[in-house]
Amino acid sequence: MTQIGILALQGDFEKHSQMMALLGHQTLLVRTKEQLHSCVGLIIPGGESTTLTKLMKKHDLWNPVRQFSMKKPIFGTCAGLIVLAKKAVGNNVETLGLIDIQVIRNAYGRQVDSFIDTVTLKLGRDESTFEGVFIRAPKIVSLGSDVVPLAWHGDDVVMAEKGNILVAAFHPELTSDTKVHEYFAKKIHV
Amino acid sequence: MKDAKDMKLKIGLAEMLKGGVIMDVTTPDQAKIAEDAGAVAVMALERIPADIRAQGGVARMSDPTVIQAIQKVVSIPVMAKCRIGHFAEAQVLQALGVDFIDESEVLTPADETYHVNKWEFKVPFVCGCRDLGEALRRIAEGAAMIRTKGEAGSGNIVEAVRHMRTVQSHIKKITILGDEELVNEAKKLGAPVELVREVKKLGKLPVPNFSAGGIATPADASLMMQLGAETVFVGSGIFKSSDPEKRAKAIVSATTNFLDFDLIAKASEGLGDAMPGLDIAEIPEEQRMATRGW
Repeated sequence: MTQIGILALQGDFEKHSQMMALLGHQTLLVRTKEQLHSCVGLIIPGGESTTLTKLMKKHDLWNPVRQFSMKKPIFGTCAGLIVLAKKAVGNNVETLGLIDIQVIRNAYGRQVDSFIDTVTLKLGRDESTFEGVFIRAPKIVSLGSDVVPLAWHGDDVVMAEKGNILVAAFHPELTSDTKVHEYFAKKIHV
Repeated sequence: MKDAKDMKLKIGLAEMLKGGVIMDVTTPDQAKIAEDAGAVAVMALERIPADIRAQGGVARMSDPTVIQAIQKVVSIPVMAKCRIGHFAEAQVLQALGVDFIDESEVLTPADETYHVNKWEFKVPFVCGCRDLGEALRRIAEGAAMIRTKGEAGSGNIVEAVRHMRTVQSHIKKITILGDEELVNEAKKLGAPVELVREVKKLGKLPVPNFSAGGIATPADASLMMQLGAETVFVGSGIFKSSDPEKRAKAIVSATTNFLDFDLIAKASEGLGDAMPGLDIAEIPEEQRMATRGW
């Protein structure tokens, strides 16, 4: 099986699913650990991080996702980034701590402060621009020395990776640009 | 002013709320209970629909103190309601920084002809509908999310089902119409033909479609999700029940896993009394909220 799992407890999982389908990949909406185990990679979508965290625990997916990350790639956007981070500063959201970044939730403010702006993307040797959709977005405020920054908005790092973990503070799934999803698919070799 | 970027951000937030439950709350304590139970957003109200119905009188936008107190204690999005057509209330809510405005039939309408021109706002709007024409008119005015109305504060799911089925069956019908039939269909619907074309192309509304009005049990939530809702609003159903905390959690579970009936059965055990419901036929025509909105 080469299906990519999309965590479908809550959030914009459908948009990720559509994006991967557009790239010709098989996807599975994941709500149980059995489903998780049948996947070659996992996307944790945008949504509400407090809700996602609670639901992951309730569905017995918290530790299984952690174990999954040792062997297979995980991509988290927005709330997904928060869930994967080492720490959400100034907030009581529990995180998985799978990538050494510290983040601030809703760092830009409320919905009226949500914005779209150009992001600089550096994937391998290719530098390009990307439509950055930031919705009640988190901000990465510190990166561990082994974390590789992959995209910037001004001076802020807005996408990064370390080993199997890829995170973005913005929503590539809400654009028509498939670059970021292609990059993740390459990471899982499908 | 239509702005594609703004609309992407507005619909984007609605996308983030999918698969979740939005709960009506009137105090910071209730808001915390909702957040802890796994709500994706709260609707900050002075009175929940069942009380508005019982007390009568003119129902208006909530006191900003109530909204601000709730904004302070939760990190999930906070929504608030303005009266239909009352764009000044909407301007105030935007100034307060609410994340979503519900132009709602639960409050007493301020304008019997026009709804708010929602394109003028940076904050996204959700509006109610009973049928596809009403949904598309609201989208034409700039709504970023639609919710079928149901009958708020009734604890009775029958109207929510009626409205969702009406919208869904009409969408299905449009997908099989020939292109030459769409203009006439738009005329009958009282909606712009561009939106009717989009419905045909997508096989669904061009914005997320949630369900509201009358959801009181986990099975109610599953029912609405199976009928095509992408998220549910629960108003009076939680805080008018005997054990709000437990019920809130159970409804969240049932919404996420709306096809897992073993789990819903378990979640439904020992919830205590649901809110007392109303037979729709007992509600006098002029007191029905769903018929407000044009």
